[in-house]
Amino acid sequence: MSNSTVPRTTTEAKTPARTPAASGGAAGRRARGGKKNPGKLSLKLRFRRDRTLILMTLPAVLLILVFNYIPILGNVVAFQDYDPYAGDNGFVAIFNSPWIGIEQFERIFADSAFWHAVQNTLVLFFLQLVLYFPIPILLALLINSVVRPRVRAVAQAVMYLPHFFSWVLVVTVFMQIFGGAGIIAQTLRQHGYEGFDVMTDPEVFKYLVTAQTVWKDAGWGIIVFLAALSSVSGDLYEAAAMDGAGRWRRMWHITLPALRPVIALLLVLRVGDALTVGFEQLLLQRQAVGVNASEVLDTYVWWNGIRNQDFSYAAAAGLIKGVVGLALVLIANKVAHLMGEQGVYKK
Amino acid sequence: MTAVLDTPPDDAHGVRKPSRWAAPPRPVWEEPPNKAGLAGKGIALTLACLAILFPLWIVIVTSLQSKKTIDEAGGLVVIPQGITFIAYQELLSGGQVQKATLVSIGVTVVGTLFSMTVSVLCAYGLSRSGSLGHRGILMTLLATMFFGAGLIPTYLLVQALGLTDTYLALILPSAVSVFNILVLRAFFMNISQELIDSARIDGAGDWRILWKIVLPLSRAVLAVIGLFYAVGYWSAWFNASIYLTDQEMMPLQNVMIQLVQMQQRPVGLQAQINTGQLSPLAIQMAVMVLALLPVAVLSPFVQKHFKKGMLTGAVKG
Repeated sequence: MSNSTVPRTTTEAKTPARTPAASGGAAGRRARGGKKNPGKLSLKLRFRRDRTLILMTLPAVLLILVFNYIPILGNVVAFQDYDPYAGDNGFVAIFNSPWIGIEQFERIFADSAFWHAVQNTLVLFFLQLVLYFPIPILLALLINSVVRPRVRAVAQAVMYLPHFFSWVLVVTVFMQIFGGAGIIAQTLRQHGYEGFDVMTDPEVFKYLVTAQTVWKDAGWGIIVFLAALSSVSGDLYEAAAMDGAGRWRRMWHITLPALRPVIALLLVLRVGDALTVGFEQLLLQRQAVGVNASEVLDTYVWWNGIRNQDFSYAAAAGLIKGVVGLALVLIANKVAHLMGEQGVYKK
Repeated sequence: MTAVLDTPPDDAHGVRKPSRWAAPPRPVWEEPPNKAGLAGKGIALTLACLAILFPLWIVIVTSLQSKKTIDEAGGLVVIPQGITFIAYQELLSGGQVQKATLVSIGVTVVGTLFSMTVSVLCAYGLSRSGSLGHRGILMTLLATMFFGAGLIPTYLLVQALGLTDTYLALILPSAVSVFNILVLRAFFMNISQELIDSARIDGAGDWRILWKIVLPLSRAVLAVIGLFYAVGYWSAWFNASIYLTDQEMMPLQNVMIQLVQMQQRPVGLQAQINTGQLSPLAIQMAVMVLALLPVAVLSPFVQKHFKKGMLTGAVKG
């Protein structure tokens, strides 16, 4: 067996050998020639060859099927007047609940709270796009210009850190610094000024949320830009310098163009994900700042469904968000392809 | 200056080892840095790092102060005066927070082991392109990156499966991250095919190849993905908040919400606070430190692998 030098064939030859019935004439020969034309192997042989691999993927596939695919079917409750007590458990209840067509959707579109949530979502999205998106790029340029490895490593370690903190922690830290009882307000009061409370001010809230996002994830965002920068050939810089380009000209004509594809890709992806803005972060501050300022589509679904137990209504709202979100992602990917980038998946 | 700082010790043969920290030599064509530019860079970097470290500093320092110091400072303490671990002693000597910490540790350890096992197996199973079902399975996984089922149907399913009020509800629904599987898979596919082939010629099956060859070669990416999963479990609070009703079962993050954001007093240690020995603020800060400590200690060790991990993760459908 081991005298075969073509490893791929070894497995294929080994399998029929173990079961003589399957190795009958033609199949065996085809199996041996199978390296170049795997398509010519019979399905049975390919299964025998790859059954271990398939077995290995099973647990993950099973989990994904159960927790990602079956719930998709559960979205049918959006078209029902779902009653969780109509069956032995919530799942059986789906079959016993009455169908009411698109009534829930009509209710949603007539609800001003829904449109308010949409508005908040979009406002937060644009704020993050303008105030958050450029920061990792600038930080990456800054770090990249630092030559000393030790300084680089320390700065990177510090900047990556907040990404790994939970939202609970981040929101709490912000509360302790900027809140009504926080350190800044305390210090102001001690010196005879009036305190303030940013955390409960609906006007400032959207900027506060953006600041939290920046604090938590801007440092993490530099990784991908640093990678793009490190792949730029030094020859380009040298040639430019020989031609008399100064430091800034080199940055403008070499560094920034090198970042362009990454920036474009991330921008497109961000737009595709526009309806998802900081679910956990906003949920945590919902009480403090009030519903008006903090309600986005995700929290709207959570409130109506889980808190108010109006499952059909919330599922319908979630379905709207999901469908529009999927459309945005697909469009964004299309745009990425049109721009000549790879996108999330290949064409 | 760098030359002095970074001079590595000579080895036995008197040959200088190049230090990992030594600055690369400046190319001839590059202008020497000017003072203003260097200072500007230094200030910007320092500010960025301070913005991250200062809040953490306050939290940690305050948790280590006595009630007197905290009262004098009128709240959070910036400059520490004497260190006391009384808040931690209180928290970890029984009661709600200790229970919650143990729950969090348990869920994180079990969850991470489970997620890693499932993900590594799946990633290896998908790492040989051309194997039967490879494309179909991959597409099945990839599709979930584009659309989620939505919160409500997932909630109903978890309820219907009878997982509510069990710790399984904190692990199973989010046990598999497709992104992490793709990162692992990309890494496995980069392992030299000759090596795997030679093991196969020697008679090793897929299990043995995975265990003896692929895993030992993938320590870096395993560390990164393990950290991602562990941080995910450690930081999770939402699943617990909707699937658990029993306050006794709550993990640390949820208890932190109750203690710090809703300003509740922790159950089981009222006496110390009421007798005035312990500041409630110190307790709050100590809970926060408990929550941030494992993450802050672990992530720098894995940090050097982040870039590689994130890059191999660039999706290659």
